[in-house]
Amino acid sequence: MPMPTVADRGLFLPNLLHFGRLLRQLGVRISTREIYDLADALTTIDLARQDDFYHTLRAFLVHSPDEIELFDRAFDLFWRGRIELALELGLGYVRAAEQETLDELEQSEQRVLRGAGDSDPGDGDAEEDGKAETGVTGTYSAAEVLRRKRFEDFSEEEFEMARRVIRSLVWQIDERLTRRQVRASKRAATLDLPRAIRESMKQGGEIVRLRWRRRKTRPRPLVVLCDVSGSMERYSRLFLHFMYALVQEGRRVETFVFGTRLTRITPALRHRDVDAVLDRVADLVMDWSGGTRIGESLRAFNYVWSRRVLGRGAVVIIISDGWDRGDVDLLSREMARLHRSASRLIWLNPLAGAPDYQPLVRGIRAALPHVDDFLPFHNLEALEALARRLGTLTTSARRTPS
Amino acid sequence: MLDSIDSVHKALLGERYVAERGLATVIFLALRMGRPLFLEGEAGVGKTEVAKVLSNLLGTRLIRLQCYEGLDVHSAVYEWAYSRQILHLRLLDASGATREEMERDIYSRDFLLSRPLLQAIENNAEQVPVLLIDEVDRADEEFESFLLEVLSDFQITIPEIGTIRAAQPPVVVITSNRTREVHDALKRRCLYHWIDYPDFQTEYEIVRLKVPGASEQLSYQVVAAVQALRTAELFKPPGVAETLDWATALTIMDTQELDEQIIGDTLGVLLKYQDDVQRVQSELLQELARRAHAYRG
Repeated sequence: MPMPTVADRGLFLPNLLHFGRLLRQLGVRISTREIYDLADALTTIDLARQDDFYHTLRAFLVHSPDEIELFDRAFDLFWRGRIELALELGLGYVRAAEQETLDELEQSEQRVLRGAGDSDPGDGDAEEDGKAETGVTGTYSAAEVLRRKRFEDFSEEEFEMARRVIRSLVWQIDERLTRRQVRASKRAATLDLPRAIRESMKQGGEIVRLRWRRRKTRPRPLVVLCDVSGSMERYSRLFLHFMYALVQEGRRVETFVFGTRLTRITPALRHRDVDAVLDRVADLVMDWSGGTRIGESLRAFNYVWSRRVLGRGAVVIIISDGWDRGDVDLLSREMARLHRSASRLIWLNPLAGAPDYQPLVRGIRAALPHVDDFLPFHNLEALEALARRLGTLTTSARRTPS
Repeated sequence: MLDSIDSVHKALLGERYVAERGLATVIFLALRMGRPLFLEGEAGVGKTEVAKVLSNLLGTRLIRLQCYEGLDVHSAVYEWAYSRQILHLRLLDASGATREEMERDIYSRDFLLSRPLLQAIENNAEQVPVLLIDEVDRADEEFESFLLEVLSDFQITIPEIGTIRAAQPPVVVITSNRTREVHDALKRRCLYHWIDYPDFQTEYEIVRLKVPGASEQLSYQVVAAVQALRTAELFKPPGVAETLDWATALTIMDTQELDEQIIGDTLGVLLKYQDDVQRVQSELLQELARRAHAYRG
């Protein structure tokens, strides 16, 4: 069978372009090129079978399992013409541009129903902006304390100081060996034979100087889980700046905040403007200054994120005072699991700075056996002390779980 | 032979691979349009198997590149045979060859070791090979961009020799366990398919096909128990591979019917994390046995 011609695919193109636009509005990244390839593909299958039609569309337009549900709903809406699903769309997805999306969705649907032939193949890639980055989904729970909070300005001086400390802190913990090898000037573990041979050409095939390679070091990924519940209120702003600075330095870092549930804030922190970032995070996190369920939050992290962000010898930092209103057994179990999958688990406690502090909070007691380093984190001096301490972490022995 | 989705589906069955309709569709499209296939899914849902079955089906060679962290050009594409080059230099030197002759000689095709990607490109067989790039999520991101380049042009440039181009692009299957997000650009070069855990009927068919020794009743009960386990929010739910291992183990033990005792004794075949095993032992055994028995013949 010959490849389809332009005329064949013209049959589908206008509708496909509309459908593509609908998906883009829902935050799925699609290029116009993919739509054209898809139109080609559709000429090779039997269109009488709706499931084949569905799977063909999906093969071209979906690139991640997260998008499947969204795709399915859009597919039903667009191709099966079930308008009532549009309403449902708004409930399951608390996406960044939720209302806007819904409005556009209806308009787009209207256009299709009117059969408007205004297909414009030129659109598309321009719309492929960073919208997908805000794709942190969450569900609304009435039981949650819906307290949103604005951040006041952090003084320039404090901010600079924190940044400086943070830079030295990260710089010292982050090296690990990889298998990749690079040139080494001095005698090292491995001979660099290709280079030696190449150079021997100048000496008439005699290898005069041995060349060496060494294993390259790569920064360790860092994962920060920060408690933003009520008892941590006094500290949340500083910690947010701490995480902002880490993300802004462009290193491999993933950031999460938790109170009664876990929210990933890495995409929001990538924004350049710190004020905009704080606003976005404030909007994103629904449980500022509410209660804490550390166990449940860690469980959410372990099940959903750990396998995706804890590869490559990651260091995990938990920032929390350990005041926990959830299930302590669960906390202990999930701490144990986290400890096994991280190369180093560090707990920073803002309360631990007090001279007479004893880890008596039940959450802390449950977590402590699974922590490699339990360190104070109550002010900038403590932060600097921490940085000095961290420099020796990779060489110091890990605490083994008892 | 493979000129419709139906025929692909049948041919896969002929190779004892039960594919749901969606998978058959993307395989058909990948073959028809000459696009790489990107299969993602939890461990043990049969991603790698697709490539093996395809190579059987097409009667061609399977070239496998297992990805790992630090995978580089020397293990993925080509490498010079250094020790042989050195020996050869000695010989040339003794025969009084000039430097140009030496270079031409030792950087010739004879001293080039082809690794999987180059092998797949260099094919001149009538039937193009199937190239399996397994667990691409384990490789570094740098390797991904290199792969993207290769998959765009199906050519590889070796500085000392020149550019080697594929006469026919190979059939490419890329798998990922999604331990991290693979870059969008790479997925866009491919047809993407997420392989989910199979539904009851499909998994039952798979067990019957792959473990013919297991009785109808046992197969039913095994699948019922596994399907129930997958809804139990375990850290690592059992994949199809585990179902098959379990059915095989039970068959070897001459089991006719599941009960709490036997499920408890053989959990290690299904679950690979101690706390999952513990949780099932203490909370779920009864429920599993009950679910299994609902299917008693």
